[in-house]
Amino acid sequence: MDLVSAKQIGAGLAVIALAGVGVGIGHIFAALVNSVARNPASRDRVFGLAILGFALTEAVALYALVIAFIILFV
Amino acid sequence: MTAVAASGSIDALSQFELHPALGEAGATVHFAQSNLMMIAAMVLTLLLLWGGMRPRAMVPGRLQAAAEMLYEFTYNMCVETIGPEGRRFFPFIFTLFLFILLGNLIGVFPYFFTFTSHISVTLALTLVVIIMVTLVGLWIHKLHFFSYFVPQGVPKALLPLLVPIEVLSYVSRIISLSVRLFANMMAGHVMLEVFGAFVVMLGAAGLIGIVPAAFALGVNVALIGFEILVAVLQAYVFAILSCIYLHDAVHLH
Repeated sequence: MDLVSAKQIGAGLAVIALAGVGVGIGHIFAALVNSVARNPASRDRVFGLAILGFALTEAVALYALVIAFIILFV
Repeated sequence: MTAVAASGSIDALSQFELHPALGEAGATVHFAQSNLMMIAAMVLTLLLLWGGMRPRAMVPGRLQAAAEMLYEFTYNMCVETIGPEGRRFFPFIFTLFLFILLGNLIGVFPYFFTFTSHISVTLALTLVVIIMVTLVGLWIHKLHFFSYFVPQGVPKALLPLLVPIEVLSYVSRIISLSVRLFANMMAGHVMLEVFGAFVVMLGAAGLIGIVPAAFALGVNVALIGFEILVAVLQAYVFAILSCIYLHDAVHLH
C-alpha cells in the first residue's frame, strides 16, 4: 500500500469518532425535548444548557476532524 | 480558484497562511494580516462600546441597545456562574468575550482572516486564562488552594491514584480550551473552502456539472449561516468555561 492510500484510509478511520458524537448530540436534544415537554416554563434556562452541551460535544467531533486533516494535509 | 479547477485537488489549508500586511513596513516587523485583524477586532469593539454608549439615551438606539445587551448578558453570566465575586472578574471576561466574538465574526466575511483559527492565538488566550485562574486561587486561598486536587470523601488508599488524575485534568484544560476554539474555527473554514472548490470543479465540468455545482453553492450559503452560529457559540463557550474555572478557583469545588 502506498503512502497516499494509507493516509486516506487513516483519515477515514479517524472520523469513526463521529458515531459517538452523533449519539451524544442525539441524547442532548432528546433530553431537551423531554424536559421542555414536562415543564414548558423551563425552556429558556434549559435551552442555554443544551446549547452549551451541544457545543462541548461538537468539539469532540472537531478534534476527530482536525486529526483527519492533519493526516491528510500535513 | 482557476488553479483549483486545473489541478483537480483541493488546497484547503493554504487559506491559513500568514502574509505580511501593510507592505514593506509590515514585512520588516513581521506584522501579519492576523495581527491586522486583531487590531480591527479591537477597533470594532471600541466603536461598538464607546460609539454606541455616546448618546447615553434613556431609550437606547440600535447601537446602544446592542452594547447594553452584550454588557448585561456578560455581566449576568459572570455573576450567575462565579457568584457575587464575579463582579471583580467581569472586565476580564467581557474583554475576552468581545475579542473572541469579533475575531470569530470578522472571519466569516470574504477577504477577512480569522485570527482564532491559529492555535498559537487560542493557546496564548488560554494560557492567560489558566495562569490567571491559578494565581487567583493561590491569592485567595494561599497554600490551601492545593486541597483542590484532593477529592473529599474518598478512601485514603485511593488518593495516590486520584491526585495525579485531578492534576492532569486541571492541566489538560489548557489543551481542551485552546483546541476547542481553534478546531471549530479551522474546521468551519476548511469546510467552506472544500464546498467552494466543489462549485468551481463541478462548474468547470460543463453542462452536466451545473446542477451539482448549484447544490454545492447552496450548501455553502447554509454553511455561512452555520459559521455565524458557531462563531457566537464558541465565543460564549470560551467565556463561560473561563467563568466556570474561575468559580472553581474562587470556591474550591
